[in-house]
Amino acid sequence: MKVKEAKSVRKNKVKVGTYIKRYWTLYLLLLLPMTYFIVFKYIPMAYIQIAFKKYNITQSVWDMEWAKNHGFEFFIKAFANKDFLYALRNTLMLNLLDLVLGFPAPIILALLLNELVFKRFKRVVQTIAYMPHFLSWIIISGLALQLLAPSTGLINILLGKMGIDSIPFLNESKHWVGTYIALGIWQSVGWNTIIYLAAIAGINPELYEAASVDGAGRFKKMWHITLPGIRSTIVVLLVMNLGHILGSEFDRPYALKNNLVNDVSNVISTFVYTNGIKGLQFSLTTAVGLFQSVIGVIFLLIANNIARRLGERGIW
Amino acid sequence: MIKSKSTKVGDWVIVAFCVLVSMVCLLPLLNILARSLSSSEALIKNEVYLWPKGFNVEAYKTVLSDTKYTWSMAWTAILTVICTFVSLFMTTICSYALIFDKLKGRSIFNLIIVFTMFFNAGTIPNYLLLKNMGMLNKPIVLIIPGCLSVFNMIIMRSFFYGIPDSLRESAEIDGAGYIRIMLQIYIPLSKPVFATLALFYAVGRWNGFSDALMFMNNRKYYPLQLLLYNILNNINSIEVSTQEGFSSPGLSETLKAATVMFATVPILLIYPWLQKYFIAGVTLGAVKE
Repeated sequence: MKVKEAKSVRKNKVKVGTYIKRYWTLYLLLLLPMTYFIVFKYIPMAYIQIAFKKYNITQSVWDMEWAKNHGFEFFIKAFANKDFLYALRNTLMLNLLDLVLGFPAPIILALLLNELVFKRFKRVVQTIAYMPHFLSWIIISGLALQLLAPSTGLINILLGKMGIDSIPFLNESKHWVGTYIALGIWQSVGWNTIIYLAAIAGINPELYEAASVDGAGRFKKMWHITLPGIRSTIVVLLVMNLGHILGSEFDRPYALKNNLVNDVSNVISTFVYTNGIKGLQFSLTTAVGLFQSVIGVIFLLIANNIARRLGERGIW
Repeated sequence: MIKSKSTKVGDWVIVAFCVLVSMVCLLPLLNILARSLSSSEALIKNEVYLWPKGFNVEAYKTVLSDTKYTWSMAWTAILTVICTFVSLFMTTICSYALIFDKLKGRSIFNLIIVFTMFFNAGTIPNYLLLKNMGMLNKPIVLIIPGCLSVFNMIIMRSFFYGIPDSLRESAEIDGAGYIRIMLQIYIPLSKPVFATLALFYAVGRWNGFSDALMFMNNRKYYPLQLLLYNILNNINSIEVSTQEGFSSPGLSETLKAATVMFATVPILLIYPWLQKYFIAGVTLGAVKE
């Protein structure tokens, strides 16, 4: 104790010069990373002004002329743009479906994996289930195109043998949505069990023993011990997912889309790409991107707040 | 533990379910592997399921003799190695400096970093910045802008926190500087987290598509995923391939399958060996603070 006190007294007296002499190497180490964040994450924030200005390639962002309607011209234009409204609807629809159908899937799989008594077998299943996470969406779309093709794909050939009409999995809007969600679950379900399995491993085993003594069966133990034990993990991940409800992946819809399903496959990120980088409407697409980021932060704050009110820790 | 009969039945039901899940994960890959090794006649007749029909490796030979494709594979491999090293370097120096609680301004640095996780300027501001910096269409645009992931930094920092302070303090008493402590104590003790993050960064670059699509217009530097996308969607198929095989309908299906296999196999060969590490890494990342 005394040593600690003496240390803290001495620390207070350390002069700026000695402080820098002692710690300058750490600041040196931080120089590159902090430069990285300032240049690639914060300077682009200055470019957000473009959303409120008339983009002009010859001027710097500070000199460009303000847009009409107090600078909100492009936000108004975006909400009058049919393509954007479709993209907004599709983003929300696909993300909600992902949440409702995709969020519970890894929890269920983790509960089942946890029940496996053969440890070796469990490891093999895990390795296989993690595999799709390591494939890019381009590869997955390549797999899906071949597996799900209307007349030549394995699935439709098998369906045909069972006397079922071929299903246009990727070539018709309604089926495309289902395929998009299913492929998303396929890709992520195994990987997402990792975090739940870790949480389950942290549950006190005595609870299970006590429950067994009381005659609780497998499902009772799952329901009354395992699920409450991973409740806070579930809540944190749910909050993060809700925060991303308007966020949009790019690779997944872009790789899976085709001209037959444009009405459901265009999401905000692909809208920004086609109208911004390809279509050069920088002000409009910056406005769209800003709208998306701000709504994302708001959703995250709300979800976190709700989680805290429910007595969970939330994400911060 | 004594088990009732119904529990045993339950065990087997769960085993069956897990077998089913594994099958569903593997099926698409087995199918495409079979297609890539089959003759085009068998493919056209829809005879290929999970086992090749009319076994041959013509498709692989054709792909390997396509200089555009082999160059893209080699280029992506080089790019992946460079990116992994740059990213690991940046991640290490950033997370190491931030574990010192005596460092003045640490909370500000933390705030600056974590804020970027929740708020992003957006695609177009990032694009315009890179354009103004003159980085578009140059190889560097595939390396630097994505070289430091906050999520990965947090994983490494959590791991560094787990290394006892006493090790560091005794080295300090012996007169070692902070950089030497990092090189001689922290890095050698952190092999598991390095393995994990190397895997994450390498897979990220190998699979990276959107940055190449948006920022890279120079065909010479197209990474594999972008080339693959163009092949799968028959974009510029004449330019993509110098081989006539890509344009003949029957063979092109086996070729597509073979190109997908080439992009997939390197990852499949690596990730199972690192399973123990990345599980620990993901779990570390989930720990708050």
